[in-house]
Amino acid sequence: MFEMMILILDSTVRLSTPLLLACLAGLYSERSGIFDIGLEGKMLGAAFAAGAGAAVTGSAWLGLACGIVVSVALALLHGFASITNRGNQIVSGVAINFLAMGLTALLGQDWFRQGGQTPPLPVEARFTSLDWPFAEALRDVPVIGGLYSELLSGHNLLVYVAFLMVPFTWWALYRTRFGLRLRAVGENPAAVDTAGISVTWLRYRAVICTGILCGVAGAYLSTAQSASFIKDMTAGRGFIALAALIFAKWRPVPAMFACLLFGFLDAVAIRLQGQELPGIGEVPVQFFQALPYILTVVLLAGFIGRAIPPKAGGTAYVKERT
Amino acid sequence: MVPAIELRKIDKSFGPVHANKAIDLTVAKGSIHGIVGENGAGKSTLMSILYGFYRADGGDIVVDGKKVEIEDSKAAISHGIGMVHQHFMLVDNFTVLENVILGAEGGSLLGEGVARARAELKRLEQEYELKVDPDAVVGELPVGLQQRVEILKALFRGADILILDEPTGVLTPAEADHLFRILRVLRDEGKTVLLITHKLREIMAVTDTVSVMRQGAMVATCKTSETSMPELAELMVGRRVLLRVDKKPATPGRTALSVRGLTVRDSRGLDVVKNVGFDLREGEIVGIAGVSGNGQSQLMETLAGIRRAVSGTIEIDGYKVDPTTGAVDPAEMRRLGMGHVPEDRHRMGLVTKFYEYENAILGYHRDPAYGKGAMLDLAAIRETANGEIEKYDIRPPNCQLRTASFSGGNQQKIVLAREIERDPKVLLVGQPTRGVDIGAIEFIHRRIVEMRDAGKAILLVSVELDEIRGLADRVLVMFDGALVGERPPETDEGELGLMMAGVNREAAE
Repeated sequence: MFEMMILILDSTVRLSTPLLLACLAGLYSERSGIFDIGLEGKMLGAAFAAGAGAAVTGSAWLGLACGIVVSVALALLHGFASITNRGNQIVSGVAINFLAMGLTALLGQDWFRQGGQTPPLPVEARFTSLDWPFAEALRDVPVIGGLYSELLSGHNLLVYVAFLMVPFTWWALYRTRFGLRLRAVGENPAAVDTAGISVTWLRYRAVICTGILCGVAGAYLSTAQSASFIKDMTAGRGFIALAALIFAKWRPVPAMFACLLFGFLDAVAIRLQGQELPGIGEVPVQFFQALPYILTVVLLAGFIGRAIPPKAGGTAYVKERT
Repeated sequence: MVPAIELRKIDKSFGPVHANKAIDLTVAKGSIHGIVGENGAGKSTLMSILYGFYRADGGDIVVDGKKVEIEDSKAAISHGIGMVHQHFMLVDNFTVLENVILGAEGGSLLGEGVARARAELKRLEQEYELKVDPDAVVGELPVGLQQRVEILKALFRGADILILDEPTGVLTPAEADHLFRILRVLRDEGKTVLLITHKLREIMAVTDTVSVMRQGAMVATCKTSETSMPELAELMVGRRVLLRVDKKPATPGRTALSVRGLTVRDSRGLDVVKNVGFDLREGEIVGIAGVSGNGQSQLMETLAGIRRAVSGTIEIDGYKVDPTTGAVDPAEMRRLGMGHVPEDRHRMGLVTKFYEYENAILGYHRDPAYGKGAMLDLAAIRETANGEIEKYDIRPPNCQLRTASFSGGNQQKIVLAREIERDPKVLLVGQPTRGVDIGAIEFIHRRIVEMRDAGKAILLVSVELDEIRGLADRVLVMFDGALVGERPPETDEGELGLMMAGVNREAAE
């Protein structure tokens, strides 16, 4: 039983990672007042670029770089539409999702002719598990062995990056000048403007942060969790990340817990697939797959209290005319 | 002595609107300089140019004898200019300290800057009597303190010239007095203060020099001690203005509105109106005086049928209404003859994105005169709107404009016209002249008195004590949800002020 718990938690961590990266990505953008429902599209674009880049160059790192470049480019497109041209942020986000969905399938088929997939990556072109010191030696020690060797050790680099981004984001948000201004511009851009700070440049920096993190999230999917890009492989994770961001009320540490919760549900769903539950019988796997969405609706309907988004979120900043 | 600021031939247009026409202005160092003018006279535009919020189309800005280019707020700050905006530029969920250091953090990490700011705030607090808790969350502070945070923000950035745009619009009389005390201290410490307002009393009370703007032009500058309110009013409006309300004694008739034991609870479960009872008779104006937030708004909304009461009765023209049930809604109250001019015309009185003629019948749109079944009779509506525009001198006289493009005073006239012209028995009027120009104030007050003389019963709520004393025939004072007394309008301002502050005169003695 304990072993099974560890295994579920272990896959919880793996499954939470892309959610967490995307969720923190969204946090930067939304805290600056730019709503971003294009997380999904950016992640998908990055997953494709990373998969393709790694396949062509044979380097996971170059693949990651490709993923980040594509994701940042999409983020800047969103920024150009919604910051510079004051377009509707939701429409722009939806457009990016469609753009990424169509382009990855089209380019994938055109370049690699494998039905929209990228070629399978050899081990050298992926982010592989890092074993911590003494992990093997400690494996058989009760409790500690399971926790250390299975849960902490043996993940790939991007998993650790994702979880380290949580304290880093907290620090950046609450302990740096950039964070103070970022939080301010999402609440009252006029206050930032009159304090002599450029609202536009600040928001662009925020969407670039979003782009970078979405890029890492995408690369994780195609070069760490899997060994190639598969059509539509993000499968709604961008939206789940957005839901997690709302649960967390746009705060980094709660965001991690929200993502872990969704990852856990996912892990349980996979674990219980086709298994008999005592007293209930076999539960259709669709039920577990639907759980995150059911949870989203239930929690948002009132269990978490009112989630108050950044006040200036979703609206472009226009100087008042007297 | 070199003046603190010299503006030379400042010019600014927004499309077809010529907001500033070759403005010249000289502000002496260490003085409080007032700028008065009606809404839309170009005061705020001029100050926004000085603070780098807009760029002038032409003209020079000279600060401290040196010609400067002010491209943005950052440049203005570096030239020692600070501004307290009419709508505070504060981040509500930040602490006072965070708001003060925003944009002047002094390094990419916060730690050091915060410590420095804390020490600096302490110093400013002692030097200028600007006391405020640096760790309080700004959104939870009363507006008076929020304004103080704005002043601290400017001083923290080393401002020598402080611009205040309509600073008293949101303050109670006591808070305004306190602000003026602070301004005098600032002046005595060598700071230069520019005070933008349309309230003449404030100009007379606190400024050394006053400049008057009208329709984008600077029309006069003079020493405050050598001018007077009527003279300034005339300069502002361009014609003679009656500052006092001219009215005959009231001749009250039978009771039109009778309220008994009215108690209203808000969403937090607190009683905001407590056991209120009064009578309002035909042909009289009863004013409810009180500091904003003492239940007047909720009382008005309940009488208008917008809000439900937990107990009490309302009787309109002999017809009893139970305000505790959902059966009473604004439409029903209107049908019974209750007209309502809401306190906040933007939130409740108008849909500013609508055309003027649409707002002219809002709430009365079911009237068969304006349409059959599901269809509106636009021709009839526009005819009504045009009639009201003419009668109330609403400008520009075009009912096909969006309501947002009318000035505050004209928007208020649209609401007043709509309610008055439906010939109600009782008229509830909330803050009829908030953000309204002097010229329009005169007109609105005259219309209200005319209504009274036509035998209507009028309940007036205003936070402007002058307005209450000028218009009302009887004054009820409201404090903490309850009516604490009735006084004739001639009562001394100090006594009413004490009652509004909840000080019981007998108990005080």
